[in-house]
Amino acid sequence: MLKFGVVVVPGSNCDHDTIYVLKHIYKQDAVPLWHKTSDLQGCDAIIVPGGFSYGDYLRAGALARYSPMMNAVAEFAKNGGIVVGICNGFQILCEAGLLPGALLLNTQPHSGINYSCKNIHLIAENDNTALTTGIPKGKALTIPIAHGEGRYFADAETLEKLNKNGQIIFRYCDEKGKITPDSNPNGSLENIAGICNETKNVFGMMPHPERASDEHLGNTDGKYILSALVKTVQARKAERLVVS
Amino acid sequence: MKFIAEIDVMPLKALLDPQGRAVTSVLKNMGMPEFENVRIGKHVTLEVESDSEANAKVKVEEACKNLLANPIMESFHYSIKAN
Repeated sequence: MLKFGVVVVPGSNCDHDTIYVLKHIYKQDAVPLWHKTSDLQGCDAIIVPGGFSYGDYLRAGALARYSPMMNAVAEFAKNGGIVVGICNGFQILCEAGLLPGALLLNTQPHSGINYSCKNIHLIAENDNTALTTGIPKGKALTIPIAHGEGRYFADAETLEKLNKNGQIIFRYCDEKGKITPDSNPNGSLENIAGICNETKNVFGMMPHPERASDEHLGNTDGKYILSALVKTVQARKAERLVVS
Repeated sequence: MKFIAEIDVMPLKALLDPQGRAVTSVLKNMGMPEFENVRIGKHVTLEVESDSEANAKVKVEEACKNLLANPIMESFHYSIKAN
């Protein structure tokens, strides 16, 4: 059984959901990691969950990145550990410089600015990362978003690098899997919904797979993503055990 | 010595500022079509203890670069005076 650590800062509000699905849906162990501590408790992978860390004061994620726990998470990532940021977690990882780019205030093609809380469609860009392994090619996943600052932005050079290195893992699409301007819920560059770092061990995505994992909620497409994560971390752990 | 810094943090000019755009639109709806290109940022004041103005500037610059502004999306300007 794997042990996941879920970072908790004041204002986290998806921490319990994440721990719940990891334990009860994916049958793994999961523990909260309080931001003022720096002990990763031997966790095999870390999730930085959604919420409004520090009330989104200054900029979303800007204050949480300097907590002792986030320093420990950065060190874990530097050593190759798998770290996944969801929504506010994605914002925190960008602010921490663990992922390139930034998340700006949403814009929408028809309604100007907006906090968006709805189901959207996502397409996996490739099937060879910890979050996308096994997702059928071209399948539009239905996953909820809930954010006001999710417009992914990076300068042209960074964007080119992301594309070239296969670091863009999810894009917003329509229900048929077509990437269109109208299916972009927040004005993200190139419909980007999720990315990873160059070494493909740090991930960030605005949509919430943990909110689409329990069948009681009527949507389980998040299982494609979190099952891929569990399988990848299991495989890495098995590899490490063999080596040691 | 204590210095006071006044810092302005603004969204980069190249980036769309949806807050500013919404406010521009409301100003027009209020019957003020002469307003254009509203852009909204943050104004931060802070006190800094330092032995000289030059060192206070170094500290303020560091705070701006590492926390108060995110260079990917924002620019900053500041002024410093002795308290």
